Amino acid sequence: MTEKELNPNIDRSQKVIFIRGLKKAFDDNVILRGVDMDLYKGENLVVLGRSGTGKSVLIKIISGLLTADAGEVNVLGEDVCCITPKEMDKLRLKIGFSFQNSALYDSMTVKENLEFPLVRHAKDMTQAERDKLIDVVLEAVGLRNAINQMPSELSGGQRKRIGIARTLILRPDIMLYDEPTAGLDPITCIEINNLINEVQRRFNTSSIIITHDLTCARAVGDRLVMLLDGEFKREGTFEEVFATDDERVQAFYNYNFSE
Amino acid sequence: MDQSNNKTENSTRTRSHLISRRVDRIFLEIHRVFAFNVRFFKEVFFPPYEFKEIIKQCYEVGVRSLPLISITGFIIGIVFTNQSRPSLQDFGATSLLPALISVAIIRAIGPLVTAIIAAGRVGSSIGAELGSMRVTEQIDAMEVSATNPFKFLVVSRVLATTFMIPALTMYTTLVSLLGGYLNVHQVEQTTIVTFFNQVFDAITFLDIIAASVKSVLFGYTIGMVGCYKGFYSSKGTEGVGKAANTSVVTAMFLLFIEELLVMQVINAIRGM
Ligand SMILES: Nc1ncnc2c1ncn2[C@@H]1O[C@H](COP(=O)(O)OP(=O)(O)OP(=O)(O)O)[C@@H](O)[C@H]1O
Ligand SMILES: [Mg+2]
Repeated sequence: MTEKELNPNIDRSQKVIFIRGLKKAFDDNVILRGVDMDLYKGENLVVLGRSGTGKSVLIKIISGLLTADAGEVNVLGEDVCCITPKEMDKLRLKIGFSFQNSALYDSMTVKENLEFPLVRHAKDMTQAERDKLIDVVLEAVGLRNAINQMPSELSGGQRKRIGIARTLILRPDIMLYDEPTAGLDPITCIEINNLINEVQRRFNTSSIIITHDLTCARAVGDRLVMLLDGEFKREGTFEEVFATDDERVQAFYNYNFSE
Repeated sequence: MDQSNNKTENSTRTRSHLISRRVDRIFLEIHRVFAFNVRFFKEVFFPPYEFKEIIKQCYEVGVRSLPLISITGFIIGIVFTNQSRPSLQDFGATSLLPALISVAIIRAIGPLVTAIIAAGRVGSSIGAELGSMRVTEQIDAMEVSATNPFKFLVVSRVLATTFMIPALTMYTTLVSLLGGYLNVHQVEQTTIVTFFNQVFDAITFLDIIAASVKSVLFGYTIGMVGCYKGFYSSKGTEGVGKAANTSVVTAMFLLFIEELLVMQVINAIRGM
């Protein structure tokens, strides 16, 4: 298990995401009860939490797929609750969202998947420039030879990497990874972890990584938070988060490392 | 005392909830359907246009339906002609057969058969495709990459069905008439020229207009229903199956209602 060395490029004076008192419920099912969160420039923030605690809901609110019931969600200086759809689209170009189940477009090849955001948002690019960029991101995720395959022909880990490549292609300032390593073998996990760190180093992106895989959390996180009862209860480095008597936190730790 | 108070409060709350929830849901659904249609007309006229996707869908709807529709149309032409003959024979009026076929096929059978086949083939596949894209978060993925999924998925598909179903209807009508001709030729030895002369004498311009309007309406309905059911599909694989299934059932139901309404309108115009 590799401990991550703190990224020296983190700029603590610059908050790219700023959340205060975020609340969200579905009918009577209260999910988030007041989340406060900051994400600093260049930082990898890991969000831990058990299944169903609302981790995916949190980043869907950040990217505007769901709307908050209450609280302030500020992303790159924009208040996501109150901006026009046009401004939202502009903001979304700066956010990369890697979905829990990759969400590759089934009816398109890998290349068309990667081209999809490019042809719409980098219109002045020539086809040659596009091909070059596609090659670069595929190289970054180590899947150059998958370019003409259909998503259905790829394995879960490969799909995940293509999903990450698709979000990387527009060089987002913020990356949101929803369980990047869930359901993958340990070696692929390490590759994905390295990829996440590589993205952080190379493009100086700020990222939120959602996971319940502590190996991943330790390898990629500059700072960790744990979602319990709809709030962020523990915060700090890996050691700080788990230095507590709270049974649920300990159970989380023990479960991960007892296998 | 306290307890009974609590009880009444609880029961009234659940009761009012139940009623209002159900009624709410119906009104919400109506509103959502209405908004979906309005959104289509809002977005169809404004750029960016997804030409490539529209062409692809036209191919999918039009060209890929040809084999099934050819066979069905042709056989219906033959069977319909063959089964109509005895009742005309009773009056010694088999020479009217081409006129009868013409009116029946151009006015009713052609548009309706095409629409029903398209509802089964195209409607269900649109419902299933969009449904699975919803379930596997591909629609969300489009949205977060700042692409309008409504424009890319819904507008292109509804346009494709609205353009292609009328074209397919024309084709089905022609193939059915050919089937009818074959049968008439075999039994009554009518030549193709005589047959088609009688066919075109029997119908009016209004018939052609009515058939065209109807098939445009059918096309729009099939695309719209499939897209709506898929777009708002519930989560899970069950949701996908349900989206595909209800697309077909709802579309067919609406097709027959529209057929009935258009028929009334045309009859009224004819009576004027
Ligand atoms: N669109 C929705 N409508 C209704 N309820 C929802 C919706 N999305 C999520 N929920 C509910 O919110 C809760 C949290 O869901 P979420 O997907 O955020 O969990 P999670 O923390 O990401 O879990 P996992 O680790 O399993 O992915 C779940 O109980 C779910 O039922
Ligand atoms: Mg999740």
